[in-house]
Amino acid sequence: MEHIVIIGNGISGVTAARHIRKNSDNKITIVSAETKYFFSRTALMYVYMGHMKFEHTQPYENWFWEKNRISLKEGLVSNVDTDKKQLNFSNGETLSFDRLIIATGSKPNKFGWPGQDLEGVMGMYHKQDLEKLEKYAPNNKACNRAVIVGGGLIGIELAEMLRSRKIPVTFLVREDSFWNGVLPAQESAMINDHIKEHHIDLRLSTNLKEIKSDENGRVKSIIIEETGEEIPCNVVGLTAGVAPNIDFLKESGIELGRGVKVNRFLETNIPNIYAIGDCAEQHEAIGQRRNIEAVWYTGRMMGETLAQTICGNKTAYKPGHWFNSAKFLDIEYQTYGWVFSEKGMKENEAYFQWKHPNEHKCITISFDKNTKLFLGINTFGIRMRHEIFDKWLTENKSVEHVLEFLSDANFDPEFFKLHEAEIVAKFNQENNTNIQLKKKSWKRIFSH
Amino acid sequence: MKLIKQTGLIIFLLGLTFFIGTIFTGSFNLTQPELDTFIKEKGYKSEIIKDELSKAIVTNEALNIFQFSSAVIGAYEASNNHYDALIAKYDSEKNWDAKGKQFQYKIFGKPHSLSFTLAKKAAKGFAADNTGLAWFLTFGLGIIGALMFIVPDVILLGKPGIKNDGIFLSAATNRGWIGWFTFIFLVTFYILLYFYPDYIVNWVYLVEPISLSLSGNPASQWFLYGFLYCTVMTVMAIRMYIKYRHNKYQILRTTSVLFFQIVFAFLIPEILVRFEKPWYDFKNAFPLDYDFFFRWNLDELLASGAFGLFILVWGIILTIVVVPVMVYFFGKRWYCSWVCGCGGLAETLGDPYRQNSSKTLLSWRAERIIIHSVLVFVLVMTGFALYTFFSGADQVIGIKTQTIQDIYGFLIGSIFAGVIGTGFYPIFGNRVWCRFGCPLAAYLGFVQRFKSRFRITTNGGQCISCGNCSTYCEQGIDVRAYAQKGENIVRSSCVGCGVCSAVCPRGVLKLENGPEDGRINPTEILLGNDVDLMDLVNKK
Repeated sequence: MEHIVIIGNGISGVTAARHIRKNSDNKITIVSAETKYFFSRTALMYVYMGHMKFEHTQPYENWFWEKNRISLKEGLVSNVDTDKKQLNFSNGETLSFDRLIIATGSKPNKFGWPGQDLEGVMGMYHKQDLEKLEKYAPNNKACNRAVIVGGGLIGIELAEMLRSRKIPVTFLVREDSFWNGVLPAQESAMINDHIKEHHIDLRLSTNLKEIKSDENGRVKSIIIEETGEEIPCNVVGLTAGVAPNIDFLKESGIELGRGVKVNRFLETNIPNIYAIGDCAEQHEAIGQRRNIEAVWYTGRMMGETLAQTICGNKTAYKPGHWFNSAKFLDIEYQTYGWVFSEKGMKENEAYFQWKHPNEHKCITISFDKNTKLFLGINTFGIRMRHEIFDKWLTENKSVEHVLEFLSDANFDPEFFKLHEAEIVAKFNQENNTNIQLKKKSWKRIFSH
Repeated sequence: MKLIKQTGLIIFLLGLTFFIGTIFTGSFNLTQPELDTFIKEKGYKSEIIKDELSKAIVTNEALNIFQFSSAVIGAYEASNNHYDALIAKYDSEKNWDAKGKQFQYKIFGKPHSLSFTLAKKAAKGFAADNTGLAWFLTFGLGIIGALMFIVPDVILLGKPGIKNDGIFLSAATNRGWIGWFTFIFLVTFYILLYFYPDYIVNWVYLVEPISLSLSGNPASQWFLYGFLYCTVMTVMAIRMYIKYRHNKYQILRTTSVLFFQIVFAFLIPEILVRFEKPWYDFKNAFPLDYDFFFRWNLDELLASGAFGLFILVWGIILTIVVVPVMVYFFGKRWYCSWVCGCGGLAETLGDPYRQNSSKTLLSWRAERIIIHSVLVFVLVMTGFALYTFFSGADQVIGIKTQTIQDIYGFLIGSIFAGVIGTGFYPIFGNRVWCRFGCPLAAYLGFVQRFKSRFRITTNGGQCISCGNCSTYCEQGIDVRAYAQKGENIVRSSCVGCGVCSAVCPRGVLKLENGPEDGRINPTEILLGNDVDLMDLVNKK
């Protein structure tokens, strides 16, 4: 029986622990400095918004861990002694391991802005960030205005959170349209509008120059680089992406890049030490993915995969087709396969786009100009069935096939208005095709 | 907008205060001829009750309802005690003849019901004499205030979409002090309604004209309850329409329960009474309608000719054919959240409280034990009822059928379904009764779990485990536990309200009636990882 120690109780670490327990009798310890019990990081926003209590973000009841013989240790690891196979904690305690899984996740990026460590400046990643937000922005009396720096998914979530308590928000986005490094222009423009509809003061092509302090070391205002404008505020949210949380490994001899370098088996350069989740960095990118993927789903998958390896079934991490989802205020977004923004578009890539005339619904289908091979789809305000797109991508279906059978893929709740007919009509018109939309068929949906 | 909302709240509270205050208004006394007529109608042979009632309530004194009630109950007890003493006396003397004679003088029935009936004749004062004005000041202000509070949400809630902002920060929806006050109010209301109807006789006066115009009969406390039920559901349905205005499923479902409540549970039965037919709610299936096979009901149905027979046959077909067939095709949601009155109240009045249901494993265990015990109880009781109906005996294996029926009626029909089932909304969530107590839900649940096309499909690997679905599941199902495994949700207790799907920020959940094949899909490794892992699982 080996002692497997996991640093980090996020989705990667906990998934690994659960699957190791399913498949083996090893001793398992999860170490975390953030919270004792696992919670869903993605749900932190809902706690502030009052949709949930913190306990609702915990997928397992507190007795779960003892029942499944998973020890939980609270503590901050200051360094890893790879020779002695031992963790040293900041309070002087130690813990020895036979195998170590590093699953420490991310920390918010800070780009050396003056004032970035003032009181009232925070990221939105850890539970402690949430506590800070409750302290500095409990309502619009204590916080007259908040400024958010960074135009990504966490930024817009933080804006939504603050707006739920009627706190005025200024949202500084470096790009000239929200998230347009990822989203096609049509989608990005729609989200811009939607952000403004929620009374968020969206500033595009705008960078932060510095954060100014009051006499008590608290945030007083920020200065915008381009215009020199000063915006008084009580809270600054830094949401310009995240970086692997691996500072404590610097002296350990574990090979590091931006993250912990791992091979396809999620092994580091030191035997019996592994890294998964946001903090793991592939030597070479897998397919069109990035070397480091700070995505919830990939963390989960790495946890599943590594558990197999540790339990004697050596398994490479081979993520399947790319998928992701998010919610931009009231607009749901799903993506399957690859749709690159105009900026990142490949040579052979073409779009088919449809947008609802007055609702916030649109899709972009990306396909190969020459072969008509279906490459990926972005949907906004329309839910799509994961299994179906996964199958179509595996089977290398054409864009025509996707449109013909689009009804099978719809995953909207019953009685919702369907738009497949309009979508197909638009495609036919633009491409001089005569695709007939097939009626939804359960038989096709469930034939694997 | 905020001002309208606040004004609305004040008007609503004013209406509520008048409503509660109404109880304490009015005076109650009878004239001798009125009392004599009453006693004649009732056929009371006891001289004592006549004397006692004359002494107590034939008076020029303006008794309030509590004094009146205790006077009537005093008379009731004095009379019954007198004859009980005689019975005991003759019993000890073994004077059987004399003992037997005494029983005709005894007064049967609940004392508060007698007091209610008399109070209905005796009331004078505000509610009884100015029904229209009193209705406006109570119901009217309540409705206007509530609508003023609710309707501005069209604008205040912002763009259509799930808006649960602040639910856990509000004292009303987070078991705070407002929640506890609402709880106390609702529980008190149900206790008065079921056990002390005479205390709320003034409320019954408020709806007297409506009852007269519908069925031609004076209102009872049950008519009041039916009217209040429809009113509350309608007002709160407007809240549902606004909150879920982006969601057609919720809008249609709300319209459906509202329609079945107003038309099937309220109007049709009252109109039947107008045509001298039995009061019957055509959608109320046994065993939720637990007294359907009781002797009094069967006798009444059989006595009302072809129409009664039709009701009898429909009731049986509804239970043994319609229910399982519909559940096979659509899951139990067709009933629980599209048709049922209890479900209708839960989905309208109870919607603000849905997040308070407990999701612990412990409560799931308790739920299964309790709800199935109620089902067994109702089936045994019905067995007894039918046996006594056909055999003519009044007991089975030494247990009186009537006793079993009384126990059920009190414990389940009143305490569980009413006092706890609805009164506990603000504390235990809005489906307390449906989740823990409803025998029909248990029956539908069996069919749904083992033979149905219904399931909640999960969308591959898209779940981020945020927990909105579980939090807002009124039935306390840990939806997330299934969703994060990519497993379809096939649970007896799911009533298919569709809110898990609505609140999911990633579009992971969808209520489906698909093929039975593959409905139950245990998965070990989620979609997203490449096929090697899937193969591994499949090979096992």
